[in-house]
Amino acid sequence: MITLKINGRALETDASPDTPLLWVLRDHLGMTGTKFGCGKSLCGACTVHVDGSATRSCVTPVENVVGKEIRTIEGLSKDRSHPVQQAWMELDVPQCGYCQSGQIMSATALLERNPNPTDADIDSAMAGNICRCGTYPRIRAAIHKAADLMKGAAK
Amino acid sequence: MSPLSNDLKLGRRDFLKGSLLASGGLLIGVTLTGCGKAAPVGPGGSPVAWLHIGGDNSITIIIDKSEMGQGVYTSLPMLIADELDVPLSMVKVEFAPADKAFINVFLGTMITGGSTSIREGWSKLRTAGATARAMLVGAAADAWKVDPTQIKVADGKLTGPSGQSATFGEMADAASKREAPKDAKPKDVKDLKLVGTATKRLDTPNKVDGTAEYGIDVKLPGLKYAALSQSPVLGGKVKSVDSTTAEKMPGVIKVVTTSSGVVIVADHYWQAHVARDALKISWDDGVNAHLSTASIRAGLANAKGAPLTARKDGIGAAGVKGGKKTVSATYELPMRAHATMEPMNCTADVRADGCDIYVGTQIQQIAQATAAAAAGMAPEKVGVHTTLLGGGFGRRLEVDFIPAAVEASKAIGAPVKLIWTREDDFTHDAYGPPAHNSATAALDASGNPSAVHLNVVGPSITARMFPPVVAKPGTVDPFMVEAAANYLYDVPNVQVDVLRHEIGINVGFLRSVSHQLNAFMVESFMDELAHSAAKDPFEYRRALLIKQPRAKRVLEEAAARSGWGKAPAGTHQGIAVMEGYGTYLAAVADISLVDGKAKIGKITCVVDCGQKVNPSIVESQIVSGMVFGLPQALWSEVTLEDGKVQQSNFDSYRVARMNDVPTLDVLLLDSTEAPGGIGEPSVAVVAPAIANAIFAATGKRVRDLPLAKSGLV
Repeated sequence: MITLKINGRALETDASPDTPLLWVLRDHLGMTGTKFGCGKSLCGACTVHVDGSATRSCVTPVENVVGKEIRTIEGLSKDRSHPVQQAWMELDVPQCGYCQSGQIMSATALLERNPNPTDADIDSAMAGNICRCGTYPRIRAAIHKAADLMKGAAK
Repeated sequence: MSPLSNDLKLGRRDFLKGSLLASGGLLIGVTLTGCGKAAPVGPGGSPVAWLHIGGDNSITIIIDKSEMGQGVYTSLPMLIADELDVPLSMVKVEFAPADKAFINVFLGTMITGGSTSIREGWSKLRTAGATARAMLVGAAADAWKVDPTQIKVADGKLTGPSGQSATFGEMADAASKREAPKDAKPKDVKDLKLVGTATKRLDTPNKVDGTAEYGIDVKLPGLKYAALSQSPVLGGKVKSVDSTTAEKMPGVIKVVTTSSGVVIVADHYWQAHVARDALKISWDDGVNAHLSTASIRAGLANAKGAPLTARKDGIGAAGVKGGKKTVSATYELPMRAHATMEPMNCTADVRADGCDIYVGTQIQQIAQATAAAAAGMAPEKVGVHTTLLGGGFGRRLEVDFIPAAVEASKAIGAPVKLIWTREDDFTHDAYGPPAHNSATAALDASGNPSAVHLNVVGPSITARMFPPVVAKPGTVDPFMVEAAANYLYDVPNVQVDVLRHEIGINVGFLRSVSHQLNAFMVESFMDELAHSAAKDPFEYRRALLIKQPRAKRVLEEAAARSGWGKAPAGTHQGIAVMEGYGTYLAAVADISLVDGKAKIGKITCVVDCGQKVNPSIVESQIVSGMVFGLPQALWSEVTLEDGKVQQSNFDSYRVARMNDVPTLDVLLLDSTEAPGGIGEPSVAVVAPAIANAIFAATGKRVRDLPLAKSGLV
C-alpha cells in the first residue's frame, strides 16, 4: 500500500508504484476533478500541486510523490470560496469546462508565487494549459481579478 | 447552497422514469406529431416533457440538447423560465433521454449540432413555458373563482386580486388535470425579462470545483476499465491477436476482440493501458494501406465527374466567358482533427434486461441504436444518459467509441468504461474534410464581377452519416455548399457547383463544417477580385452588398471599429464577411511582419446574430470560434502516410495556446431579427481575414491552408 497526503488527508492506495498520479486520483481514489487530456504533459488538464508547484499528474509516477503535499481541485476550497474560483465564477470563465480544473490549479500556483502577474507572466505560466473552447481571454481577466481579490483579503 | 449544486451529476438520472412521475405535479410534454406543440403529459402518460412542476414547488426543465460549452444548460432554461416568470435560481435542469419527442426539428433526429439549439428552441421552448403558465393560471383562477386575467405571476408565485397567493407547486396538481390550451402564446419579445440579459451560467459553479461530471468521470458500482487497440491503418481490421502476455498482467480481466479493435478490460484504467502495449496484434490493413495525403490531394485535384449545380443565377458559369477580364484561383484545404479536450470515452452497462450507456454524445438516438446493435437488443432497451461533454465540435456526433464499450461490457457481464488515449483520438478521428475549391470570375469594364463560378470538390460527410439526405441522384449535399450557395454579393451571373469525391476514409462534421472551407475560397477570392480591379477590398465588398443590409452593416461596423484604412505604419489589414447559421459577421485581421512572418496583432469581429438570449454566452462563443479558427488558419493539418495518421498528440498537431491568441475585439450588434446560430460561424472568418492581411502585407496570395505552409506565418 502507498500512503499519499492529498488535500491535507492521508489516503491509501494499492496502485502499483509506477501508476501515474492522475489515474490513482481518478480511478483508485475517485477524485475525478483532475482530468485526463493527453497523457504526455502537453495539455495541462491534469495539473495538480505537489509541494505547491503546478505538476502534470499524467506523467508523475505515484511513487515520486510519496511524502509530498498533493493538492487537487477538490482541495482548493470546500465551498468554492478560493479567490481563483470566485474570480472564475464572477467572469463565467468555463465553457465545456473540461480543462478548467487544470487551468485553475495552474493559475493558483502562479498567483501563489507571483501575486501581481502581468499579462506576459500569465501567458507564460498558462501556456501549458490548452483550452479548445478558447476561454483564454476570460482566464486572463479572471487571474487579474483573483489577484485583486487576494490582495483585498490580505488587507 | 444553490439548488443547482448537484445538477451536473447523474444521481437523478432516473427521474423521468420514476420518482417525479410518482410524485404527481404538472408535466408539460410535447405531442409526438406536432413540431414542438406543447401538450400536457400527466402522471402515467408518456414520460417525455420539457418541464415538470412538482407539488413541492420544484421546477425542473428538461433540455433536449447536450451541453458542450455552448451554454444550452443556461440559455434553453432561460427561454422557459422567462415565460413562467421564475428566477433561474429556482430551476433545476436535466438532460433529456433519447426519445423521438426530442427530435431537433431542423435536423430530423435528436441532435446537438448545426448551431441550432437556440434557433430551434426559440419558439418551441417558449411555447412550452407559456402553456404551463396558462395552466397554472387557469387552475388558480378556478380555485379562487376569479378571471384568469386578474392573476399575476411573479417569482414562481400566483397572486389573485384579493391577495390570494399560491406557489406553482400548490397549483401543479390542479393544473395537470386541466386541458392544455392549444394556443398559449409566448410573451411578446419586448416583455421578456430574463432573455436578453447576461445571466450567469448555471453550469459554472460545478466547473470550478471539479464536481461537474463528464462521461469520463461516470462512477458505477462494479465498474471496470478498458483500453482499446485500433488498426493503425484507418479502416484496417484485426487479423489475429496473441494476448497471452497481456492476459497475465496485473488487473487484467479479459481481452475482447470487438468490431472496433481489441479491448483490454482491467480493474483499473492504467492496468488496461499498460497491458494494451503487450498485445501482439496482426492487422489486415485493408484498402487504405497506401493512402496518403498526396494521393488524396491528387484525387481531389483530378476528380472526374459531372458536378451538381447548387445555385445558378442568370446564365451562371457561362457568363464568365464574356468578361473584359477573367480571374481564377484554386484553394486547397486540409483535413483537420477535432481534438476535444476530453478524449472519446463511453461507459456501458449491459445486462440481460437491458443496457445503459453513459456518454457525452451530440446524437442520442443514433447512440442508442448503435449501442443496441452492439448489445444485440432492441433500441428501447438501451438507456442513453447524456453527461456533460468535454468539448463536442462535431466529434461527438460520431458514435465510433460506443460499440467497443458495449461489446466489452457484454463479454464480462459488468459495466465497463472504455477510454481512448489522446493518440487514439488524433489517429482515429472523423476528420474535417479536405477540399479542392476553385473560383472563376469575369470582371466588367468598371472592375465589378459580371459572373462568378464557384466549384467545390470534396468528400461528403452527409453521404455516410445521413445517407437518405443525398440518396436521390442529383441531390446536392447541403453541408458541402455552406457559405457558397448563399453567395452574398450582387453579381448577375452566379453558379455554385459541387462535385463529390470520396477519399476512402471517414470525414466528419467539424465546427462550422464547410463554412470554413468555402468562406476561405469566397472571401479570399473577393479580395483577389478587388485587387484585380484596383479597388479597396472593403469598399469593393460594400458596393456589392447593397442588397444585403445585414451583411453590409456588419462589414461597415467591422471596418469602422478596426480603423480600416487608417492602420498605423507596419500594420496590415485583411477583411472577410459571411453569413452562416442565420448569423452575419465580419472580421478584420491586423497583422505585422516580423522577420518576414505574419504576427497576428488583433482580430475584430462584428456580429449580427439577431436577438440574443444571453449576450455573455454569445460573446464567449464568438471568441471561442475565433480561437478555434485561428490554429486552423495557421497550423492545423492532419496528414496521412501509408494509411496512418501522422499526428498523434498536441506536440504534432498544434492548437492555440493562451500566448498564441491575439487581441480579440468582438462587437455584438443589436438586432430584432430571429436568433441566429452562434456556436460555429466565427470559426470560418478567421482564415480569410488573415490570408487577406498577409496579401496586404506581402503581396503574396496564400491559397492553401494551413497558412504556415507558405512560410509566411
